[in-house]
Amino acid sequence: MHIVVCIKQVPDSAQIRVHPVTNTIMRQGVPTIINPYDLFSLEEALRLRDKFGGKVTVLTMGPPMADTSLRKALSMGADAAVLLSDRCFAGSDTLATSYALASAIAKITETEPVGMVFCGKQTIDGDTAQVGPGIAKRLELNQLTYVERIDAVDETARKITVERRAEGGVQVLSTSLPCLITMLEGTNVVRRGTMEDMLRAARTEIPMWSAAKAGITDTALCGLKGSPTVVKKVFAPPPRKEKAKQIDVTGKTADDIAAATLNALFAADARLEETLFRQAGH
Amino acid sequence: MEKFDAIVVGAGPSGNAASYTLAKAGLKVLQVERGEYSGSKNVQGAILYAKSLEKIIPNFREDAPLERHIVEQRLWMMDDKSHCGTHYRSDAFNEELPNRYTIIRAQFDKWFNRQVQEAGALVVCETTVTELARDASGKVIGIKTDRDDQIVYADVVIMADGVNSLVGQRSGLRKEIKPEHAALAVKEMHFLPREVLEQRFNVKDNEGVAIEALGTVTMGLMGTAFLYTNGESLSVGIGCLVSDFRDHGTSPYVMLERFKKHPSIAPLIEGSEVKEYAAHLIPEGGFNAIPKVHGDGWLIVGDSGQFVNAMHREGSNLAMETGRMAAETVIALKTEGKAPTEANLARYRKALEDSFVMKDLKKYRKLPEIVHKNRQFFTTYPELMSKAAETWFRVDGVDKLQKEKEIFRTFRNGRTLRGLIGDAVKIARAWR
Amino acid sequence: MTEAKPAPAAAPARGKMKVELSDHFKTYKDVWVFIELERGQVHPVSWELLGEGRKLANKLGVELAGVVMGAPGDSADAAVAGAYEYGADLVYTIQDPLLADYRNEPFARGMTDLVNTYKPEILLLGATTLGRDLAGTVATTLKTGLTADCTEMAIDDDRSMGATRPTFGGSLLCTIYTLNVRPQMATIRPRVMSMPDREAGRTGRLVVHSLGMQEDSIVTKILNYIPDASKEDAHLAYADVVVAGGMGLGKPENFKLVKELASVLGAEYGGSRPLVQKGWIESARQIGQTGKTIRPRLYIAAGISGAIQHRVGVEGADMILAINTDPNAPIFDFAHQGIVGDALTVLPALTETFRRHLAQKRAAE
Ligand SMILES: Cc1cc2nc3c(=O)[nH]c(=O)nc-3n(C[C@H](O)[C@H](O)[C@H](O)COP(=O)(O)OP(=O)(O)OC[C@H]3O[C@@H](n4cnc5c(N)ncnc54)[C@H](O)[C@@H]3O)c2cc1C
Ligand SMILES: Cc1cc2nc3c(=O)[nH]c(=O)nc-3n(C[C@H](O)[C@H](O)[C@H](O)COP(=O)(O)OP(=O)(O)OC[C@H]3O[C@@H](n4cnc5c(N)ncnc54)[C@H](O)[C@@H]3O)c2cc1C
Ligand SMILES: Nc1ncnc2c1ncn2[C@@H]1O[C@H](COP(=O)(O)O)[C@@H](O)[C@H]1O
Repeated sequence: MHIVVCIKQVPDSAQIRVHPVTNTIMRQGVPTIINPYDLFSLEEALRLRDKFGGKVTVLTMGPPMADTSLRKALSMGADAAVLLSDRCFAGSDTLATSYALASAIAKITETEPVGMVFCGKQTIDGDTAQVGPGIAKRLELNQLTYVERIDAVDETARKITVERRAEGGVQVLSTSLPCLITMLEGTNVVRRGTMEDMLRAARTEIPMWSAAKAGITDTALCGLKGSPTVVKKVFAPPPRKEKAKQIDVTGKTADDIAAATLNALFAADARLEETLFRQAGH
Repeated sequence: MEKFDAIVVGAGPSGNAASYTLAKAGLKVLQVERGEYSGSKNVQGAILYAKSLEKIIPNFREDAPLERHIVEQRLWMMDDKSHCGTHYRSDAFNEELPNRYTIIRAQFDKWFNRQVQEAGALVVCETTVTELARDASGKVIGIKTDRDDQIVYADVVIMADGVNSLVGQRSGLRKEIKPEHAALAVKEMHFLPREVLEQRFNVKDNEGVAIEALGTVTMGLMGTAFLYTNGESLSVGIGCLVSDFRDHGTSPYVMLERFKKHPSIAPLIEGSEVKEYAAHLIPEGGFNAIPKVHGDGWLIVGDSGQFVNAMHREGSNLAMETGRMAAETVIALKTEGKAPTEANLARYRKALEDSFVMKDLKKYRKLPEIVHKNRQFFTTYPELMSKAAETWFRVDGVDKLQKEKEIFRTFRNGRTLRGLIGDAVKIARAWR
Repeated sequence: MTEAKPAPAAAPARGKMKVELSDHFKTYKDVWVFIELERGQVHPVSWELLGEGRKLANKLGVELAGVVMGAPGDSADAAVAGAYEYGADLVYTIQDPLLADYRNEPFARGMTDLVNTYKPEILLLGATTLGRDLAGTVATTLKTGLTADCTEMAIDDDRSMGATRPTFGGSLLCTIYTLNVRPQMATIRPRVMSMPDREAGRTGRLVVHSLGMQEDSIVTKILNYIPDASKEDAHLAYADVVVAGGMGLGKPENFKLVKELASVLGAEYGGSRPLVQKGWIESARQIGQTGKTIRPRLYIAAGISGAIQHRVGVEGADMILAINTDPNAPIFDFAHQGIVGDALTVLPALTETFRRHLAQKRAAE
């Protein structure tokens, strides 16, 4: 089976800093990584390939330098990669992104039919969890989000059974292929490629598809133009006016501090004591 | 597994220089780097000396990520409260092809490595070379990595794996570095808005300042501190001999904190945001510590071969020089159709000796030992200098002759006359 | 750290690109809230959204509607009644046995149908697994904008909705508009908006719509549902009192100090992300951006630095008490009460003092 995994290159948000003076984000030197949620999907796709044979193609839409993420995915064992990159994609929101990606997947399908598409649960920069469902809708793929486990895949009957996380429980769902899956985090650990994988990844020519190459004829559906949402303002969270009232600790024992704390809490919020009392009752 | 003309272990300046040179000459090269990318694990002040890179990539200035070119060099002797020393600033450094730049290694190495890849070398990152593979005769025939048990073959392996060179040690090519031969340096990046930085250091455009300092900041340990201006940040660091840290029981971090709090330094870094903290070894054993640098099927370059001139704080340039020379040796043998045997690779050693690399290191070969045994250079002298300067500059109604005498007296008290003369002779000798 | 000043709008004002709404979209009005009914239970986030929807509807001078989809029966009726009581003026409902359990196809179809027929201006859903699964499909089908995981909603003078949400891992906030398409859709995290008061007996109009689907036209089948043995996470998000620990506790054994205080207070306990990553506590106990958002009356944070990703998850608390050895820890920037001290000694003292205090009070009752 041919499986497409959508991965996104994202700035490592752990390392993003806000400029103390200008309050803008400082991207300089911030390393990029594969969206960590995508790795669970990649690994699951690789496992299916190992079990049933076939091929895993990783796909990303992004600037030309996003090829480093694709190469990394190749070194983890993916077989092929496609970079979707075109100026007209700039400024895409999730609707426009899912359009571009769905178009590329449709194009890939023309030469090698795609049985499954994997997306990450969400990204750490956009963090919307919408691109996956968006692609599914556009390609009319059966949608399975928040999958914890793939129980069974029957290639000939084109059936799949999965366990999907819901609020308060797990749904066991069956549907037919082709389908789109987003994996829940923590469901597997992405593998480390072999030296062969590394050499192959370093050598692979990653094709860069323009919008036209991906079969997109109407660029009005892409990028800024194709995005109904716009970001009007970006700002750092406003600091709270006053800092915490400090409970005086100088020279006090822990017990004194605790007593002072209770007084301070109850003085600041008269109803709190009642809440605690009710609460502690059961 | 397949076979390469050459495998380069490590993607620091030396490995990149070697790989680039080899690949440019059309050899089939594999470069293996342990870090996530070239530069991800590298720590340096960092000053880049243009000449050594120019020999490899003449037009590097066009797109290499250079922070600032140095127009002012300060050498400071510090005691706890003050510093004295020299400032040398010259507009002549604002030349068309500046000689020294500050760089941020993570970015610079990444750029350099991209040139390597574009030159045609295959680069594999996040892969640690665990050992060298040898045939029955002991000849090096390739490498093994931490990814699997496969041997990747090569005619020659160039070890550019830095100061620790575990591969070299494990393969018995060199010994573990001695604590007396390595400095442990710590470094922080302090971010400041460009305008603030330029105002504080009295520079504009891409002009930069380098400060090297020694004195009581190292608490009597042998070492130096530095502060360099990058585009929007300062590199602030300090380094001392590992053996001294061990004997003294202080940590480099404590020392760096002291340095940062020094009244001469604190105002320069005030209000900055610290982003990264890193520690790294610098090989400082000098000429006498250089191991055997070639053998059957292998070569050692850069820090791995101890090629650092501690006196002049040169390392990355020597790394590039040695990397290039090693590569040129391999290329020459290849063109002549000769095997990379120990005898044939001896040309590399010869090339080193003919170059400034070995000449400089030889010149200072006694220095490490002298400074090592003469702690006054890091304690007494800076204090004396400061004291002298204070006496000299303070206007307090004491007549000048009196002042001169006082200065002389403090020197005499700090160090005997014989000691003073002896020190001068020692240094002069080591310098020669 | 330097004090960050409130930002002068950093990004270029792309809002200028706003285009006049086409006449077609001008007919869209009212604020809708999707009432998430799963296995007989309404997710509390739906009520929170009704509270928020009320404010938006008032500002716009339109009606607030709830959308209830589910199998016919008591729980659907209860959801409809609840919607009125939490503020809905009217409720659109589709009740069909096919909607007994959540599945994307029938729910998406039903929801899109409702929107296309009754044309809301704004549609809000909870950012839950169900809400996110559904919203993405619906927005794509309608080709409209969807802003995910919002923390703040506002209406501009030109009637457009500004949806503010954290971005870049919470380091920044951004305000997003849906320009020239309607409805404007947003998902909102549980516990970000406060729970409105319930007005018992309040009612409103009911609009009944039919699904018009057959089971055999739905490809995805539900084979089974395995309820979680423990429903811990639900407790944490909705707890009135939460005690949490961070890396400042030093070692996993010390986490018991947090648990002990929590137990005396009848509180839930949680922690910062590194604790989850290190396996000191289960992931359902993580508080913050990538964990639970909490909104308790009292939040006690011990040995937590207060990183922005943590902060966004706790800011809604009425009272935050922080214990940290570092007087400059960022947590003191948003806590209400602070103790600069060692959590390892302060926590046990607090536990003991609270125990004594509550016992005295009990005796006095
Ligand atoms: C704080 C500090 C300040 C300095 N300041 C200056 C300065 O201002 N100017 C100057 O010229 N020099 C300076 N130096 C020295 C300079 O950094 C070094 O001399 C130079 O980096 C040496 O280059 P290299 O390529 O030999 O080694 P490195 O730069 O150390 O590169 C070695 C590479 O090999 C990789 N590696 C190691 N083991 C393996 C393995 N087993 N498998 C695969 N990969 C491996 C490492 O990850 C690394 O990328 C400074 C050093 C320090 C620590
Ligand atoms: C994409 C992304 C998502 C994230 N999501 C979350 C999230 O959902 N939730 C979350 O919490 N984090 C999250 N993080 C991590 C977050 O950035 C911080 O790293 C984390 O919150 C820090 O945890 P901490 O405060 O426990 O540890 P630290 O930052 O290490 O702080 C420990 C604190 O304890 C204090 N301390 C030390 N000793 C004592 C003592 N004896 N007594 C009292 N105080 C002491 C120290 O002064 C320090 O302030 C996320 C990060 C990223 C990049
Ligand atoms: N630009 C992109 N290129 C490839 N895949 C993407 C892109 N953006 C989003 N995705 C996929 O969609 C998932 C959800 O993204 P998001 O909706 O942004 O949270 C991600 O985990 C990816 O699998």
